[in-house]
Amino acid sequence: MADRNQQQEVVMSLDEQNPETVKADLLRRYPIKIARKRSKQIVVNKVGACDDVPQISSNVRTIPGLIGQRGCCYAGCKGVVLGPTRDIINITHGPIGCGFYSWLTRRNQTDPDSSEDKHNFIPYCFSTDMQDEEIIFGGERKLRKAIQEAYDNFKPKAIAVFATCPVGLIGDDIHSVCREMKEKLGINVFGFSCEGYKGVSQSAGHHIANNQIFKHVVGLDDTVREGEYKVNLLGEYNIGGDAFEIDRIFKKCGISIVSTYSGNSSIDDFSNSHTADLNLIMCHRSINYVAEMMDKKYGIPWIKINFIGAEATAKSLRKIAGYFNDQKLIDRVEQVIAEELPEVKKAYLEIRPRTEGKKVMLFVGGSRAHHYQELFNELGMKILSAGYEFAHRDDYEGRKVIPSIKVDADSRNIEELEVTPDPGKYSPRKSPEEMNALENQGIKFSDYEGMMPAMKDGTLIIDDISQFETDAMIEIFKPDIFCAGIKEKYSVQKHGIPLKQLHSYDYGGPYAGFKGAINFYKEIDRMVNSKVWGYIKAPWEKNPELTATYAWG
Amino acid sequence: MLLRHTTKEIMERSALTVNPAKTCQPVGAMYASLGIHGCLPHSHGSQGCYAYHRTALTRHYKEPVIAATSAFTEGASVFGGQANLLQAIDNIFAVYNPDVIAVHTTCLSETIGDDIPQIINKAKADGKIPDGKYVIHANTPSYVGSHITGFSNMTKAMVDYFSSQNGPKQKTINLIPGYVEPSDMSEIKRIAREMGISSLMFPDTSQVLNGPMTGHYQMFPAGGSKIKDLQSTGNSLGTIAMGRMASLAAARALDAKCKVPYEMIDLPIGLQATDIFVDSLRKMAGVNVPESLSIERGQLLDVITDMQQYFFGKRVALVGDPDQVLALTKFLVSIDMYPVYIVTGSAAGKKYQKALEEATKDIPHEVKIKVGGDMLLLHQWIKNLSVDLLIGNTYVKYIAKDEDIPFIRFGFPILDRIGHSYFPTVGYKGGLRLVEKILDAVLDRKDRDSTDINFELVL
Repeated sequence: MADRNQQQEVVMSLDEQNPETVKADLLRRYPIKIARKRSKQIVVNKVGACDDVPQISSNVRTIPGLIGQRGCCYAGCKGVVLGPTRDIINITHGPIGCGFYSWLTRRNQTDPDSSEDKHNFIPYCFSTDMQDEEIIFGGERKLRKAIQEAYDNFKPKAIAVFATCPVGLIGDDIHSVCREMKEKLGINVFGFSCEGYKGVSQSAGHHIANNQIFKHVVGLDDTVREGEYKVNLLGEYNIGGDAFEIDRIFKKCGISIVSTYSGNSSIDDFSNSHTADLNLIMCHRSINYVAEMMDKKYGIPWIKINFIGAEATAKSLRKIAGYFNDQKLIDRVEQVIAEELPEVKKAYLEIRPRTEGKKVMLFVGGSRAHHYQELFNELGMKILSAGYEFAHRDDYEGRKVIPSIKVDADSRNIEELEVTPDPGKYSPRKSPEEMNALENQGIKFSDYEGMMPAMKDGTLIIDDISQFETDAMIEIFKPDIFCAGIKEKYSVQKHGIPLKQLHSYDYGGPYAGFKGAINFYKEIDRMVNSKVWGYIKAPWEKNPELTATYAWG
Repeated sequence: MLLRHTTKEIMERSALTVNPAKTCQPVGAMYASLGIHGCLPHSHGSQGCYAYHRTALTRHYKEPVIAATSAFTEGASVFGGQANLLQAIDNIFAVYNPDVIAVHTTCLSETIGDDIPQIINKAKADGKIPDGKYVIHANTPSYVGSHITGFSNMTKAMVDYFSSQNGPKQKTINLIPGYVEPSDMSEIKRIAREMGISSLMFPDTSQVLNGPMTGHYQMFPAGGSKIKDLQSTGNSLGTIAMGRMASLAAARALDAKCKVPYEMIDLPIGLQATDIFVDSLRKMAGVNVPESLSIERGQLLDVITDMQQYFFGKRVALVGDPDQVLALTKFLVSIDMYPVYIVTGSAAGKKYQKALEEATKDIPHEVKIKVGGDMLLLHQWIKNLSVDLLIGNTYVKYIAKDEDIPFIRFGFPILDRIGHSYFPTVGYKGGLRLVEKILDAVLDRKDRDSTDINFELVL
C-alpha cells in the first residue's frame, strides 16, 4: 500500500469518504495478483500543474472471470465505421451469431433518401453462416460465393467482409478473396481482419476499421464539392440523431460537412473526405487514427471538439470559426450561439433546482464518460467517479502521455499504417506560420487533454470497471444516477437506482448540440425525480408492526 | 421503405444468409444455465461472445443477465484457453461465489479444440473448485445448429453432471420445458401443481429473468432449478419433455443414465397441445384432471368459438424456432387459420419438415415451408402474395411495416416490447393470451381499414 502512504499528507474527500479507503475496499475481495493489477486501473484523481494527473493503467487485458463491460475487436470494427454506413453491404464471415448480434443493435440513424442512389443496407444482416464443414475444409469458397450472391441479389456499389474468430484460426485469406471479387465484379470489395480475439477490447477493432477505410476508400473521389468551411465530423455515430442536430447547427452557421464518420454516413462521402479543410474529432478513441493519417497524407489538420453540452457546443463552434479565421463565419457562429443558448439556459435553470447536488457516476465507452460530464455539470450535479470501457491512457491523461505509453504484445499485433504525404494530393491547409498563430490564439491541433484533468481532485477514476466494483460503488455511495450500458442497466436498477444508457440513450435523444442538451436535461430530471423508485417498500414493509387490528362486527 | 432492396424475384442462394431467423449456440446455453439456481454461466471464448449474448438476453428480458468470460487474447487463441479458464474459475469463486459455473464453448475454443472436462479436472486437482461447488460444461460450437441446439446441449449437461439414481423412486415428474419464456415455465409448473403432481423442472428461468424490484440487487436470484433437485431427477417416475429440438437430448440422456422413461410432446401452445400435456401428466402420475383445469380449458374453447369468425381463412406467415413454429402451426390450423408461409432459422431435419407438411396439408392454399431458411426469403414470398398476419420475433416488424401487415411478436428475441416474460403463451391461460393477441391484431386492422360507412361499434 505504498501509494496510500504517499497520499496521506493530503487527505482527499469524496462525498465524505476517503477515496483511498474506498479503493482499498474495492480491491479487498480480489486474489492478490488481480488486486495488484486492478489497483493500477483504479486511480484517485489529482490534477497538478500543467494538468498533470496520476498515471492510470488502461487498454490492458481483461481479467478472465471478473465480468466487465467490454466487447471484442469484431464489435468495434463492424460497429464503428461501416456498420452505420448505409450504402455498403457488410458481410460477416463466420458462424451466424456475430452477424446476428450486430444487426441493427446500435442506434445509428440514417437518411438514405438524402443520397442520390438511396441505397440503405443497414436494416439487413448478411452472413456466410459458417458450418462445421467450412471450419474443417476452409471457408473461402463459401465467402466467394456469398459475395457473388450479394452482388447478384442487391447490386451494391461496395461490399465489405468482416472476419470472426474462427476465420483467423482456419486461415481463410479473406483479403485475397476480396481482391479477386473486386476484379471480377468491378465494384469495391475489401476485408477487415477483425477476429474477436485481437487486441484487448473493441478498441483494436476501431484501429483496424480506421486502417482499412483509409486504405480502401478515402481519396478515391477528388471531386471538390460546393460549400464553404468544409469539415469532416469524425467519431460521431448519430445515435438517436445526434449528427442530425449537429448538422442543423452547422447549416445555420454555414459550415459544410463533407463526411461524418460514421453516422448518417455514405461510402461516397468517405471517398471524398480528403477534400475537407478541417477534421473535427468527437470520439477521440475510436477515430483519431483516420484523423492522424489524413493529416499526414493530405495535410488536413484536426482539432478535438465536443458537441455534448451547451457550453461545449458553443466553445466547439468558436474553435471552428477561429480555425477558418473568417469574420463572416465568426459573426455567424456568434449569432447562432446567441439565438440558441437562451432557450437552453432557460431549460436548465428551470430543471436545476431539482437536480442540483445529485450524485453521478459514468462508466462508458472511450469518450462519452468525459463528454457527458458537461451536461451533468450544467445541471449542477456532482460527478463522483468515472471511467472508460475501452479507452487508452491518452483518453484519460491527455495525448501528451502518448510517447510514454508502452506498446504491449496485444497492441503490437494491430497494424500501424505507414503514411506519407501523397505526392499529388498533399496540400497543407494552413502554412506553418498560420498554424502557429492559431495555436497562439488557443486552438490546439492534434491534441486532446483527456478526461482526468477535467475532473475534481479525489474523484475515483476506474478503468474497465467490473461487476463487483460496480455493485460496491453503488453500495458505498448510493449515487442518484449511474451511466453505463444495457448489460449494466438492470442490475443497477435492481439496487433502486436509475441507469442512463449512454451507448443507446435508452432509445431517446438526440443529446448533442443545443436541442440535444435540452432533451438530456429533461431526461435526467425525469430519471432522478421519477416516482417509481419510491414504491419499492410496500406499506406493510414500512410499518411491519401491527399496532391495531380491524375489529369486525 | 426499410427493406428497400428486397425484390420479388427469388434467386437461389446457397452461401449467403440474409436476415437470419436464428442465432448461435452459446446464447442458448447461457439462457439454459441461468435456469440453474446460483449458477454463473461462463463463456469460454473471446469476450465479445459473452458481451453479445448478455446484451441480447438483457434486451429481451429487461433483467440483469450475468455471465463471465475466459477473455481469449491472440495468445490464448494460439496456445489454447486452459490458463484463461483456470484463472476465470479461480476469480469467479473468489469474487462472485456462485454454487455452479456452467461453462459453454464458442466457435473459437471449439476450433482450437480445448478439452473442457480435462481443464475442469485440472481445476479440481489444483483445488480451485471449493467443496460443495460445481463446474459443469457443454460443448456449443457456434458453427453447428443454432441457439436452440445450445440450449438443448446445456440442458443435457444438467443431466450428465447432476442426475443420479440416488434413492428410491419418487412420485415426482420431471418437466423439461424447452426454450420458452420464464412465464411459460411458471405456467407449466402451475398446471402440474394444479393437478396435485410434484414436479421438478429444468432448466427453470422463472424468477431469474422475470424477477421483482426489491431495491436490493442479488446476483443469484431466488429462481432456478436447485442442485439437489437436479440430482434427484434420476429418482423421478418419468419425464415430460416439451419441444423435441430443445428437450429431447436431455430426456434421452436421463433415460439412458437413470432409467427414467420420458414422453416427448410438442410445446403446450394452444388448446390441443395443452390437452396432450395435461393428458400425459395425468397418465404418467396416475391422477385425475381437476375441475379447475377443465374450467380453464372450457374458457379457452369458449373464447375460440366466440372469435372463430374472425380467424377463419386468414393467411398467416410464421417465422421462428422449430419447436415454437410447429406447435403454433398446429394451433393456427386448429382455429381455422391458414399458416401459408413457414420459416425456421434452425435446420431441424426432414422429419420435422414432414410434420409441418402434415399439419398444413388441408389448407386450401399453396403452403411454402423452409426449414433452415431466412427472413429475406419469407419477405420475398410475401412480396409475391401477401398475408393477413405475421408472427415472429422483433426483426419481423421491418417486414410488417414495409408490407403493412398486422404483426404479433412471438419467439426470441423480442427487443421492443415488455410482457412476454410475465404472461405465458403455453397452457390454457397462455392460449387465451395468444388468441387475444391474434384477435386484437386482426380487428385493429379491420377497424383501421373500415370506411366511415362500414365502421362498426360492436364486433
